Amino acid sequence: MVRYVTLILAFAMLVGVFWVGLQQDPSKLPSPYIGKAAPDFDLPSLTHPDQRVNSASLEGQLALVNVWATWCVGCRQEHEFLMQLATANPLPIYGINWRDNRADALRWLQQLGDPYVASGFDEDARVGIDWGVYGAPETFLVSPDGIVVYKHLGPLTAAIWERDFVPHIENANGAQ
Amino acid sequence: MKRILITFCVLTLTAGAYAIDNDKAFDDPELQARYEDIIDEVRCVKCQNQNIKDSNALIARDLRREIRRMLGAGMTDAQIYDFLVERYGDFVLYRPRASGKTLILWIAPALLLLGGAFMMVQIVRRRMAMPIDDDAAEQG
Repeated sequence: MVRYVTLILAFAMLVGVFWVGLQQDPSKLPSPYIGKAAPDFDLPSLTHPDQRVNSASLEGQLALVNVWATWCVGCRQEHEFLMQLATANPLPIYGINWRDNRADALRWLQQLGDPYVASGFDEDARVGIDWGVYGAPETFLVSPDGIVVYKHLGPLTAAIWERDFVPHIENANGAQ
Repeated sequence: MKRILITFCVLTLTAGAYAIDNDKAFDDPELQARYEDIIDEVRCVKCQNQNIKDSNALIARDLRREIRRMLGAGMTDAQIYDFLVERYGDFVLYRPRASGKTLILWIAPALLLLGGAFMMVQIVRRRMAMPIDDDAAEQG
């Protein structure tokens, strides 16, 4: 009798382990920056190469930092949503144009619209590495005092926005 | 048939020659050795079952470039690993450091081994308690 109980318990534990384990997507790594200060960065602006997009640009406001590239399929998918978001404008969206080509990136913004307040041009992916970026699109929510509140990996959609970002935004605005 | 076999063998045995990063990064053999050790230990975060030595993903190339830069700048191995873990988390190292979060990874094999040993002892004990000759077993 004890034996069967032990076996059933062991089986239940295995079921539990797999139940939880198999529902996690191992390709999505937790960002080590959540709850910590966003890394400092300083990039030339994509659209105005003589201007800078840097940590100071983000300061003092809840901001979205979206890592994108023209070669990135997921970025194309989420672009329409970013445009809608920019129109609704709950918070400013900054772009980091990651290992891209300036002419391609400018054409992309011209053809599809530019949802960004400004995009930094990270041609050699230095800033990308500092931010722990490994697959565009990645989207960071950064608090007014420069703390990474949340990070999403993969294309944004309205559903993901409502579920994962809106609560953090309401939280941050409530705390002010 | 023989020719096919030989071709097959040659192709199989020379597969290693197609490694991604054959270029020597450093003239100094000591730096080169450290470089190769490090890129062997670092996981490609995009293509997770490869290290960045074997991967040609963009992120692997970027990380190799950064590691070359850091080695060239005279950083120690520990500083380079710190740099990577700070940005990509424990997952980036194939042998993650022992910390609160990774403790279970390190002690799980020992726990499983102990569990197995315990079960084995139990089974052996139970069997030892059984009567040895068949007649006794039938009567018992």
